Amino acid sequence: MATEPDQMAAHSASQEIPMTMNSAIPEGPMAEKWTRHKMASKLINPKNKRKYKVIVVGSGLAGGSAAASLSELGYQVECFCYQDSPRRAHSIAAQGGINAAKNYQNDGDSVHRLFYDTVKGGDFRSREANVHRLAEVSVDIIDQCVAQGVPFAREYGGLLANRSFGGAQVSRTFYARGQTGQQLLLGAYSALCKEIEHGNVTMHPRTEMLDLVVVDGQAKGIICRNLKTGAITRHAADAVCLATGGYGNVFFLSTNAMGCNVMAAFRAHRRGALFSNPCYTQIHPTCIPRSGDYQSKLTLMSESLRNDGRVWVPKNKEDSQKAPGDIPEEDRDYYLERKYPSFGNLAPRDISSRAAKEVCDEGRGVGPEVGGVRQGVYLDFAEAINQFGQATIEERYGNLFEMYQRITGESPYELPMRIYPAVHYTMGGLWVDYNLMSNLPGLHVLGEANFSDHGANRLGASALMQGLADGYFVAPATLPNYLATQKPGSVTTDHAAFEEAEKAVTERLEKLLSIQGDRSVDSFHREVGLLCWDNCGMERTKEGLEDALAKIPKIREEFWSNVRVPKSGVSSFNPELEKAGRVADFIDFAELMCIDALHREESCGGHFRAEHQYTEEDQKDGLGEVGEAKRNDENFAYVAGWEHTGDPSHPRLHKENLEFEEVKLAVRSYK
Amino acid sequence: MSSPANSLCGFLASSIGRKWIVAFTGLILVGFIAGHLTGNLLVFAGQDALNAYAAFLHNFLHGGAIWIARCVLLGSVVAHIYFTILLTRANRAAREQRYAVEVTQKASSGSKWMILSGLLILTFVIFHLLHYTVRVGAGFQDLPLDSEGHFDVYRMLILGFSNVWVSTFYVISIAMLSWHLSHGVSSMFQTLGISTPNTRQLFDRIALGFSVLTFAGYTSIPLAVLTGWVA
Amino acid sequence: MVSIKGQPNLLHLTLKIWRQDGPDDKGHFVDIDAPGIPTSASFLEMLDIINERLIGEGKDPVAFDHDCREGICGMCSLVINGVAHGPEKATTTCQLHMRSFKDGDTIHIEPFRAKAFPVIKDLAVDRSAFDSIIRGGGYISVRTGAAPEANNTPIPKPVADAAFDAAACIGCGACVAACKNASAMLFVAAKAGQLNSLPQGQAERTARSLGMVQAMDKAGFGNCTNQYECEAACPKEIDRSWITRLNRSYTAAFARKSLL
Repeated sequence: MATEPDQMAAHSASQEIPMTMNSAIPEGPMAEKWTRHKMASKLINPKNKRKYKVIVVGSGLAGGSAAASLSELGYQVECFCYQDSPRRAHSIAAQGGINAAKNYQNDGDSVHRLFYDTVKGGDFRSREANVHRLAEVSVDIIDQCVAQGVPFAREYGGLLANRSFGGAQVSRTFYARGQTGQQLLLGAYSALCKEIEHGNVTMHPRTEMLDLVVVDGQAKGIICRNLKTGAITRHAADAVCLATGGYGNVFFLSTNAMGCNVMAAFRAHRRGALFSNPCYTQIHPTCIPRSGDYQSKLTLMSESLRNDGRVWVPKNKEDSQKAPGDIPEEDRDYYLERKYPSFGNLAPRDISSRAAKEVCDEGRGVGPEVGGVRQGVYLDFAEAINQFGQATIEERYGNLFEMYQRITGESPYELPMRIYPAVHYTMGGLWVDYNLMSNLPGLHVLGEANFSDHGANRLGASALMQGLADGYFVAPATLPNYLATQKPGSVTTDHAAFEEAEKAVTERLEKLLSIQGDRSVDSFHREVGLLCWDNCGMERTKEGLEDALAKIPKIREEFWSNVRVPKSGVSSFNPELEKAGRVADFIDFAELMCIDALHREESCGGHFRAEHQYTEEDQKDGLGEVGEAKRNDENFAYVAGWEHTGDPSHPRLHKENLEFEEVKLAVRSYK
Repeated sequence: MSSPANSLCGFLASSIGRKWIVAFTGLILVGFIAGHLTGNLLVFAGQDALNAYAAFLHNFLHGGAIWIARCVLLGSVVAHIYFTILLTRANRAAREQRYAVEVTQKASSGSKWMILSGLLILTFVIFHLLHYTVRVGAGFQDLPLDSEGHFDVYRMLILGFSNVWVSTFYVISIAMLSWHLSHGVSSMFQTLGISTPNTRQLFDRIALGFSVLTFAGYTSIPLAVLTGWVA
Repeated sequence: MVSIKGQPNLLHLTLKIWRQDGPDDKGHFVDIDAPGIPTSASFLEMLDIINERLIGEGKDPVAFDHDCREGICGMCSLVINGVAHGPEKATTTCQLHMRSFKDGDTIHIEPFRAKAFPVIKDLAVDRSAFDSIIRGGGYISVRTGAAPEANNTPIPKPVADAAFDAAACIGCGACVAACKNASAMLFVAAKAGQLNSLPQGQAERTARSLGMVQAMDKAGFGNCTNQYECEAACPKEIDRSWITRLNRSYTAAFARKSLL
């Protein structure tokens, strides 16, 4: 069977690792756990710190802030990113804002309330202790960023401004116009540059991690490819931190950057790290729809548009290709207002996303036909413009309308906008304990790459918070717990494990180049991505997932026998080769995601199984609202941790049971 | 802590430092252009006024002032040119390969031809100095002294500009100078860090106004001579 | 524009694309006949289509830099018909769409050209010189955890707003590409200006101004001749007045350091 050359090598490494899912949650009351844990954590003498070397892969909010903070503490840090500069990591694209329990608005916010909202928003599938810590350090993040010169929005008195975001009842979101992620990242990047200048951080831009090196069951280094020269390099360290972001690009089309990929996390998974809850993916309801088969990515637009826009599609399929103005009022179906009269156009993200999919699947979607379907619904501002005047609407949404027009060439003042849901965040990730360490000792995972804080769904403006919390405050405090048990510099790149890993990496690259088939890398990515989108996207069914699981191995087989990667060599700049490695992992990862989605016989947060939703009868009985996700707390209140067995089609499941001390399990209701 | 001399070398080696020198020497030369023009326009006030002014310049501080001024001006010209050469060489080196398609979106025409206009101005200055200051072979040495016993600058000027070729070259050169100034003066405000978003437009207008005045003022003299208005 | 029937209008273009094997290769233009380009595709999607065709023909695809494709990461570049980021104002290449071109057009596509931005391959260039400038002082030295309470220092809204205008820079390098001298002044001025104008940035103001300019000069950028092509090309419309401020703060920093 055509498959990866290093399959068995990775497997044999994973065999030696004892599988534990000990979350290492500290004792004591929830509000004191983090303080107690810091007190109980090991310290390393300042003189000894500089003997330890830490590898940080990724330079976004989590990686950049971790690399800078660890360096400030005195550790030697090597930081890696695939972009040409650490400033370009995809954290930069976050628009909305960052939450923090500062309670500057005197509206009743507190650490406990942020903690509670996050656990509830995550549909009770996150680990309470981690979330509480996140809420605690949120306040320090704002102080840190302001001191770095991040230009947050301010009020006329000169103090920081806040807004309410993502349906939160309190205004706790700090923002910098629509570019909060960019500004926070530039803050972390400037701190990183300062440390590079001081000589404590060695930065490796345009360098991609291709494998994790595990020595005696512990993560001790990585194998990289210099994307500019193609050189394969070995890097040894006393600990490895992965901050490599999420896997949204498994769907091919998402709001992620083109380069975002799962390779680092997935390579670690193949080396023995457990991958948790890959089926938890988040869909954003207001993105600009696809305009053709050539579409390379999707662009998100602020959800605030739904405050004034009315969502509709034609009542009759036949009208789908008519101009919107030619469809009379009586032939329009304002389906959200019709189905969910209490929410109307502001129905929760997942509900409105699924409703859009439903009408498009019925053939009533609008906009250009792509792959035989019209995937788009109207978001109409005509009424709002009539009511408030164009000037008011322009004031509220001018920049968004401009962005929409730039991309689609249509003016939302004249034609209704077209929107469609898209993937934009992934809650699943490598399993970590309270110290952010995976089951592989020494391997720490930060930010979107880990599974820890958002449960099955993430609240708006919480991704930035988590990335920076992990990087600035958590990892620097918890890493010594591992490092103190290690003799610094005990493993060098001469070790046999480096030899083996480098050989595996080289063989894999050579294999990719040697196939010289007929199909481009992108064509495979598109195929597996659209399959995932259709069958493991915003609505999943047993049949759909089984169908995907039947098809993915075939895609893999064809990939490894028919992909064409330009032969300009291993040892030179070759973006197609980079993509090929990433797509190969996406194919395997897609399988893991579908397996996870199939096994989780419940609906929760971003994982919606059509079989598990509240019915009319349930609603009458007061159990939950029609169409809402129906959790199964009895059987599924656990974190799934998937172990690689050597056969990507048959991973082994481990479970970490979730216990809720502070927050009572309840059915989500946003009424 | 570095010594001032060290720092000065650092400043002169830096891009902004060098530009600052070019701008500052430019400012001195702009001052000269304004002063020289004001003095020359005395030609319209008559022979006595102009010759008295010339005599004053030559005798001020027992004749020392003019030499101080000449030294400052010469120094400024040399520094202006020297640092421009350094900057231009660095600019050429910074873009080794040019674009196949070159498009200008904002740069003014004056700004694009500063080197050319500057070189023409230099040629003119040399000619002008030889012509009216050193008075090489124009027969100016033979002019009689005026009624006050001063050198008759007034008649020299009329005699000089009566030559159509001299006047034509003069007018073309002044046009070059004004073109140079149209960018140079506004650029000076920018490089010296004086301009602000609120004053930018004002400074641009001052630059334009100054160039127009320079052109009108200086060319009025040969035109007046050629048309016989001043005789 | 996408017609209502959903069939995109198609363009037939002639592309003149710069191909260069590596930094030491001389490089040359290659003509590519490009029929069937949808007007609703972005410029980079157009290049994706071209690359897909090249791969199909067994040829080497065109290398170009790109990542977020939503105009914020600053990774995309290209000089399109002589203009950095192409013909639309305040628009990065990734946000430029083919509807800005006409059927039958010839499009020259060149890399950002500057000695400080060596070509890696084809249209991809190395802009790490910008990182070296930030390392020269584009930061406020505050240790993690040492920050005072955020609201202790009120910052007047106009000051904060102005700092944001400068902070909007995405570090794409279009300013360098557009400048006939390949000067990085607009970038350096925006980055230094943001921090120099905030109260938090005052302590290191002198060192920052001197350090960043020194790093800029060392990287081999040219000198600003105040022609403001950078301002015209900047996708984030950073104002030239930041350059005035940098000129001022650099000279003042020099004076403070050497004379006081």
